[in-house]
Amino acid sequence: MAENTNSKEANPFQKQKNKEEMQKQVISFAMMILFTIIAFVIVATDMMQEMFVVPVLLLLAIVQVAFQLYYFMHLKDKGHAFAAVMIYGGVWAAALTLAALGVITWW
Amino acid sequence: MSHDQSLNPETMPNEPEKATLEGKNKFLGFWFFLGGETVLFASLFGTFIALRHSTAGGPSADELFGLELVFIMTMLLLTSSLTSVYAVYHMRNNNFKKMQLWFGITAILGFAFLACEIYEFTHYITEYGFTFRSSAFGSAFYTLVGFHGGHVTFGLAWLIGLMLRNAKRGLNLYNAPKYYTFSLYWHFIDVIWVFIFTVVYLMGKVG
Repeated sequence: MAENTNSKEANPFQKQKNKEEMQKQVISFAMMILFTIIAFVIVATDMMQEMFVVPVLLLLAIVQVAFQLYYFMHLKDKGHAFAAVMIYGGVWAAALTLAALGVITWW
Repeated sequence: MSHDQSLNPETMPNEPEKATLEGKNKFLGFWFFLGGETVLFASLFGTFIALRHSTAGGPSADELFGLELVFIMTMLLLTSSLTSVYAVYHMRNNNFKKMQLWFGITAILGFAFLACEIYEFTHYITEYGFTFRSSAFGSAFYTLVGFHGGHVTFGLAWLIGLMLRNAKRGLNLYNAPKYYTFSLYWHFIDVIWVFIFTVVYLMGKVG
Protein backbone atom coordinates (compact mmCIF):
# COMPACT_ATOMS: atom_id res chain seq x y z
CA MET A 1 0.00 0.00 0.00
CA ALA A 2 2.29 2.75 -1.25
CA GLU A 3 -0.24 5.43 -2.09
CA ASN A 4 -2.09 7.04 0.75
CA THR A 5 -5.26 8.78 -0.36
CA ASN A 6 -6.33 9.63 3.19
CA SER A 7 -9.60 7.99 2.43
CA LYS A 8 -11.27 5.00 3.99
CA GLU A 9 -13.01 4.22 0.73
CA ALA A 10 -11.61 1.50 -1.47
CA ASN A 11 -9.83 2.97 -4.50
CA PRO A 12 -11.73 3.13 -7.81
CA PHE A 13 -9.69 0.38 -9.47
CA GLN A 14 -10.30 -1.97 -6.58
CA LYS A 15 -13.96 -1.04 -6.44
CA GLN A 16 -14.33 -1.94 -10.11
CA LYS A 17 -12.58 -5.27 -9.50
CA ASN A 18 -14.86 -6.01 -6.55
CA LYS A 19 -17.85 -5.20 -8.69
CA GLU A 20 -16.76 -7.59 -11.45
CA GLU A 21 -16.23 -10.27 -8.81
CA MET A 22 -19.71 -9.62 -7.48
CA GLN A 23 -21.22 -10.06 -10.95
CA LYS A 24 -19.55 -13.46 -11.27
CA GLN A 25 -20.96 -14.41 -7.89
CA VAL A 26 -24.48 -13.38 -8.88
CA ILE A 27 -24.16 -15.50 -12.03
CA SER A 28 -23.03 -18.49 -9.97
CA PHE A 29 -26.00 -17.89 -7.65
CA ALA A 30 -28.34 -18.00 -10.67
CA MET A 31 -26.70 -21.25 -11.80
CA MET A 32 -27.11 -22.76 -8.34
CA ILE A 33 -30.81 -21.84 -8.28
CA LEU A 34 -31.18 -23.35 -11.75
CA PHE A 35 -29.50 -26.63 -10.73
CA THR A 36 -31.67 -26.81 -7.60
CA ILE A 37 -34.83 -26.34 -9.66
CA ILE A 38 -33.71 -28.99 -12.17
CA ALA A 39 -33.06 -31.45 -9.33
CA PHE A 40 -36.48 -30.85 -7.76
CA VAL A 41 -38.28 -31.04 -11.11
CA ILE A 42 -36.62 -34.35 -11.97
CA VAL A 43 -37.88 -35.87 -8.73
CA ALA A 44 -41.30 -34.18 -8.63
CA THR A 45 -42.28 -35.15 -12.20
CA ASP A 46 -40.83 -38.67 -12.06
CA MET A 47 -39.46 -38.09 -15.55
CA MET A 48 -36.35 -40.21 -15.33
CA GLN A 49 -35.64 -43.89 -14.88
CA GLU A 50 -34.81 -44.75 -11.30
CA MET A 51 -31.32 -45.99 -12.02
CA PHE A 52 -30.32 -42.68 -13.64
CA VAL A 53 -31.93 -40.34 -11.11
CA VAL A 54 -29.50 -40.82 -8.23
CA PRO A 55 -26.27 -40.23 -10.22
CA VAL A 56 -27.82 -37.18 -11.92
CA LEU A 57 -28.93 -35.73 -8.57
CA LEU A 58 -25.48 -36.30 -7.06
CA LEU A 59 -23.82 -34.71 -10.07
CA LEU A 60 -26.05 -31.63 -9.80
CA ALA A 61 -25.22 -31.40 -6.08
CA ILE A 62 -21.46 -31.63 -6.69
CA VAL A 63 -21.56 -28.90 -9.36
CA GLN A 64 -23.53 -26.65 -6.99
CA VAL A 65 -21.07 -27.25 -4.19
CA ALA A 66 -18.17 -26.42 -6.54
CA PHE A 67 -19.83 -23.06 -7.30
CA GLN A 68 -20.28 -22.47 -3.61
CA LEU A 69 -16.65 -23.32 -2.76
CA TYR A 70 -14.91 -21.63 -5.67
CA TYR A 71 -17.00 -18.48 -6.09
CA PHE A 72 -18.79 -17.83 -2.80
CA MET A 73 -15.93 -19.02 -0.58
CA HIS A 74 -13.26 -17.58 -2.94
CA LEU A 75 -11.33 -20.85 -3.28
CA LYS A 76 -10.44 -19.85 -6.86
CA ASP A 77 -8.66 -16.69 -5.68
CA LYS A 78 -4.95 -16.30 -5.13
CA GLY A 79 -3.55 -17.37 -1.76
CA HIS A 80 -6.00 -20.22 -1.31
CA ALA A 81 -3.57 -23.10 -1.90
CA PHE A 82 -3.44 -24.10 1.76
CA ALA A 83 -7.18 -23.64 2.14
CA ALA A 84 -7.65 -26.05 -0.78
CA VAL A 85 -5.24 -28.55 0.84
CA MET A 86 -7.27 -28.37 4.07
CA ILE A 87 -10.68 -28.83 2.50
CA TYR A 88 -9.59 -31.52 0.03
CA GLY A 89 -7.85 -33.32 2.88
CA GLY A 90 -11.24 -33.28 4.58
CA VAL A 91 -12.98 -34.45 1.40
CA TRP A 92 -10.49 -37.31 1.08
CA ALA A 93 -11.06 -38.45 4.68
CA ALA A 94 -14.80 -38.04 4.09
CA ALA A 95 -14.60 -40.32 1.03
CA LEU A 96 -12.73 -42.93 3.10
CA THR A 97 -15.39 -42.67 5.82
CA LEU A 98 -18.20 -43.18 3.31
CA ALA A 99 -16.35 -46.07 1.68
CA ALA A 100 -15.76 -47.73 5.05
CA LEU A 101 -19.41 -47.36 6.10
CA GLY A 102 -20.54 -48.66 2.71
CA VAL A 103 -18.28 -51.69 2.96
CA ILE A 104 -19.32 -52.72 6.49
CA THR A 105 -23.00 -52.28 5.55
CA TRP A 106 -23.31 -53.99 2.17
CA TRP A 107 -20.33 -56.24 1.65
CA MET B 1 -6.01 -4.99 20.77
CA SER B 2 -8.62 -2.88 19.04
CA HIS B 3 -7.05 0.35 20.32
CA ASP B 4 -3.97 -0.36 18.28
CA GLN B 5 -3.50 2.26 15.58
CA SER B 6 -2.27 -0.37 13.11
CA LEU B 7 -5.70 -1.98 13.19
CA ASN B 8 -7.35 1.26 12.09
CA PRO B 9 -5.25 2.28 9.10
CA GLU B 10 -5.85 5.40 7.02
CA THR B 11 -6.36 3.28 3.91
CA MET B 12 -8.08 -0.04 4.30
CA PRO B 13 -6.21 -2.83 2.50
CA ASN B 14 -8.02 -4.66 -0.26
CA GLU B 15 -8.54 -7.84 1.74
CA PRO B 16 -8.91 -6.59 5.32
CA GLU B 17 -9.64 -10.14 6.52
CA LYS B 18 -6.12 -11.27 5.68
CA ALA B 19 -4.13 -8.10 6.38
CA THR B 20 -2.95 -9.11 9.86
CA LEU B 21 -1.16 -12.25 11.00
CA GLU B 22 -4.10 -13.03 13.26
CA GLY B 23 -6.45 -12.72 10.28
CA LYS B 24 -4.30 -15.03 8.16
CA ASN B 25 -4.19 -17.58 10.96
CA LYS B 26 -7.96 -17.42 11.43
CA PHE B 27 -8.44 -17.94 7.69
CA LEU B 28 -6.18 -21.00 7.57
CA GLY B 29 -7.39 -22.43 10.85
CA PHE B 30 -10.99 -22.10 9.79
CA TRP B 31 -10.45 -23.95 6.53
CA PHE B 32 -8.79 -26.69 8.58
CA PHE B 33 -11.87 -26.79 10.81
CA LEU B 34 -14.12 -27.02 7.73
CA GLY B 35 -12.09 -30.01 6.52
CA GLY B 36 -12.82 -31.69 9.86
CA GLU B 37 -16.51 -30.79 9.61
CA THR B 38 -16.61 -32.44 6.18
CA VAL B 39 -15.51 -35.72 7.75
CA LEU B 40 -18.01 -35.37 10.59
CA PHE B 41 -20.91 -34.86 8.22
CA ALA B 42 -19.65 -37.64 5.94
CA SER B 43 -19.94 -40.11 8.82
CA LEU B 44 -23.49 -38.91 9.55
CA PHE B 45 -24.40 -39.16 5.85
CA GLY B 46 -22.88 -42.65 5.62
CA THR B 47 -24.88 -43.77 8.66
CA PHE B 48 -28.06 -42.27 7.24
CA ILE B 49 -27.62 -43.97 3.86
CA ALA B 50 -27.05 -47.31 5.58
CA LEU B 51 -30.15 -46.98 7.80
CA ARG B 52 -32.59 -45.10 5.59
CA HIS B 53 -34.72 -48.16 4.79
CA SER B 54 -34.77 -49.46 8.38
CA THR B 55 -38.16 -47.97 9.22
CA ALA B 56 -39.25 -50.65 11.76
CA GLY B 57 -42.79 -50.57 10.37
CA GLY B 58 -43.02 -46.79 10.75
CA PRO B 59 -43.42 -44.22 7.98
CA SER B 60 -40.87 -44.33 5.14
CA ALA B 61 -39.07 -41.37 3.60
CA ASP B 62 -41.44 -41.34 0.66
CA GLU B 63 -44.50 -41.10 2.92
CA LEU B 64 -43.01 -38.45 5.21
CA PHE B 65 -41.31 -35.86 3.08
CA GLY B 66 -43.07 -33.05 1.25
CA LEU B 67 -40.96 -31.49 -1.48
CA GLU B 68 -42.64 -28.04 -1.23
CA LEU B 69 -41.31 -27.25 2.23
CA VAL B 70 -37.84 -28.59 1.41
CA PHE B 71 -37.77 -26.43 -1.72
CA ILE B 72 -38.68 -23.32 0.29
CA MET B 73 -36.00 -24.14 2.88
CA THR B 74 -33.43 -24.66 0.12
CA MET B 75 -34.26 -21.29 -1.46
CA LEU B 76 -34.06 -19.54 1.93
CA LEU B 77 -30.64 -20.97 2.74
CA LEU B 78 -29.26 -20.48 -0.77
CA THR B 79 -30.39 -16.85 -0.79
CA SER B 80 -28.89 -16.27 2.65
CA SER B 81 -25.62 -17.56 1.21
CA LEU B 82 -25.81 -14.88 -1.51
CA THR B 83 -26.65 -12.12 0.97
CA SER B 84 -23.54 -12.97 2.99
CA VAL B 85 -21.55 -12.72 -0.26
CA TYR B 86 -22.99 -9.20 -0.62
CA ALA B 87 -21.93 -8.47 2.95
CA VAL B 88 -18.33 -9.51 2.23
CA TYR B 89 -18.45 -7.44 -0.97
CA HIS B 90 -19.31 -4.36 1.09
CA MET B 91 -16.66 -5.28 3.63
CA ARG B 92 -14.03 -5.19 0.88
CA ASN B 93 -15.34 -1.79 -0.20
CA ASN B 94 -15.05 -0.71 3.44
CA ASN B 95 -18.74 0.06 3.74
CA PHE B 96 -19.55 -1.04 7.28
CA LYS B 97 -23.22 -0.03 7.34
CA LYS B 98 -24.11 -1.92 4.19
CA MET B 99 -22.14 -4.92 5.42
CA GLN B 100 -24.16 -4.95 8.65
CA LEU B 101 -27.38 -4.57 6.65
CA TRP B 102 -26.65 -7.56 4.40
CA PHE B 103 -25.52 -9.69 7.34
CA GLY B 104 -28.77 -8.69 9.03
CA ILE B 105 -30.74 -9.97 6.02
CA THR B 106 -28.66 -13.16 6.18
CA ALA B 107 -29.71 -13.60 9.82
CA ILE B 108 -33.41 -13.08 9.00
CA LEU B 109 -33.25 -15.70 6.22
CA GLY B 110 -31.43 -18.04 8.61
CA PHE B 111 -34.20 -17.66 11.19
CA ALA B 112 -36.83 -18.30 8.51
CA PHE B 113 -35.01 -21.51 7.58
CA LEU B 114 -34.85 -22.57 11.21
CA ALA B 115 -38.56 -21.87 11.70
CA CYS B 116 -39.37 -24.12 8.70
CA GLU B 117 -37.20 -26.88 10.13
CA ILE B 118 -38.83 -26.69 13.56
CA TYR B 119 -42.26 -26.80 11.89
CA GLU B 120 -41.14 -29.80 9.82
CA PHE B 121 -39.89 -31.77 12.84
CA THR B 122 -43.03 -31.03 14.92
CA HIS B 123 -45.15 -32.09 11.96
CA TYR B 124 -43.35 -35.46 11.71
CA ILE B 125 -43.55 -36.06 15.44
CA THR B 126 -47.18 -35.09 16.03
CA GLU B 127 -48.79 -36.23 12.75
CA TYR B 128 -46.76 -39.34 11.99
CA GLY B 129 -45.32 -40.37 15.35
CA PHE B 130 -41.94 -40.32 13.61
CA THR B 131 -39.44 -39.63 16.38
CA PHE B 132 -35.77 -40.06 17.20
CA ARG B 133 -36.60 -43.39 18.87
CA SER B 134 -39.26 -44.79 16.54
CA SER B 135 -36.83 -46.41 14.09
CA ALA B 136 -33.18 -46.55 13.01
CA PHE B 137 -34.24 -44.37 10.06
CA GLY B 138 -35.64 -41.85 12.55
CA SER B 139 -32.45 -41.79 14.63
CA ALA B 140 -30.26 -41.33 11.56
CA PHE B 141 -32.57 -38.68 10.08
CA TYR B 142 -32.83 -36.52 13.20
CA THR B 143 -29.10 -36.85 13.93
CA LEU B 144 -28.07 -35.75 10.44
CA VAL B 145 -30.65 -33.05 9.76
CA GLY B 146 -30.72 -31.96 13.40
CA PHE B 147 -26.95 -31.57 13.44
CA HIS B 148 -27.23 -29.30 10.42
CA GLY B 149 -30.02 -27.34 12.15
CA GLY B 150 -27.79 -27.09 15.21
CA HIS B 151 -25.08 -25.59 13.02
CA VAL B 152 -27.57 -23.03 11.70
CA THR B 153 -28.61 -22.16 15.28
CA PHE B 154 -25.00 -21.79 16.37
CA GLY B 155 -24.22 -19.69 13.28
CA LEU B 156 -27.12 -17.33 13.99
CA ALA B 157 -25.96 -16.84 17.60
CA TRP B 158 -22.44 -16.21 16.31
CA LEU B 159 -23.59 -13.70 13.71
CA ILE B 160 -25.82 -11.76 16.09
CA GLY B 161 -23.04 -11.68 18.67
CA LEU B 162 -20.63 -10.29 16.07
CA MET B 163 -23.07 -7.70 14.76
CA LEU B 164 -24.02 -6.39 18.20
CA ARG B 165 -20.49 -6.38 19.58
CA ASN B 166 -19.08 -4.46 16.62
CA ALA B 167 -22.10 -2.23 15.92
CA LYS B 168 -20.43 0.90 17.28
CA ARG B 169 -16.85 -0.01 16.42
CA GLY B 170 -17.05 0.15 12.66
CA LEU B 171 -14.92 -2.03 10.43
CA ASN B 172 -11.25 -2.45 11.30
CA LEU B 173 -8.53 -5.02 10.82
CA TYR B 174 -9.41 -6.58 14.18
CA ASN B 175 -12.99 -7.53 13.38
CA ALA B 176 -12.84 -7.97 9.59
CA PRO B 177 -11.36 -11.50 9.91
CA LYS B 178 -14.15 -12.39 12.36
CA TYR B 179 -16.86 -11.40 9.89
CA TYR B 180 -15.07 -13.15 7.04
CA THR B 181 -14.70 -16.36 9.06
CA PHE B 182 -18.42 -16.29 9.77
CA SER B 183 -19.23 -15.92 6.06
CA LEU B 184 -17.10 -19.02 5.31
CA TYR B 185 -19.00 -20.92 8.00
CA TRP B 186 -22.35 -19.84 6.58
CA HIS B 187 -21.43 -20.94 3.05
CA PHE B 188 -20.29 -24.27 4.44
CA ILE B 189 -23.69 -24.75 6.10
CA ASP B 190 -25.21 -24.26 2.66
CA VAL B 191 -22.79 -26.81 1.16
CA ILE B 192 -24.00 -29.37 3.72
CA TRP B 193 -27.62 -28.48 3.00
CA VAL B 194 -27.13 -29.12 -0.73
CA PHE B 195 -26.17 -32.71 0.12
CA ILE B 196 -28.98 -33.03 2.67
CA PHE B 197 -31.72 -32.02 0.25
CA THR B 198 -30.19 -34.27 -2.41
CA VAL B 199 -29.43 -37.37 -0.34
CA VAL B 200 -32.12 -37.22 2.35
CA TYR B 201 -35.14 -35.64 0.65
CA LEU B 202 -34.82 -36.09 -3.12
CA MET B 203 -33.27 -39.57 -2.94
CA GLY B 204 -35.82 -40.42 -0.23
CA LYS B 205 -38.60 -39.56 -2.66
CA VAL B 206 -37.00 -41.61 -5.44
CA GLY B 207 -36.77 -44.66 -3.18
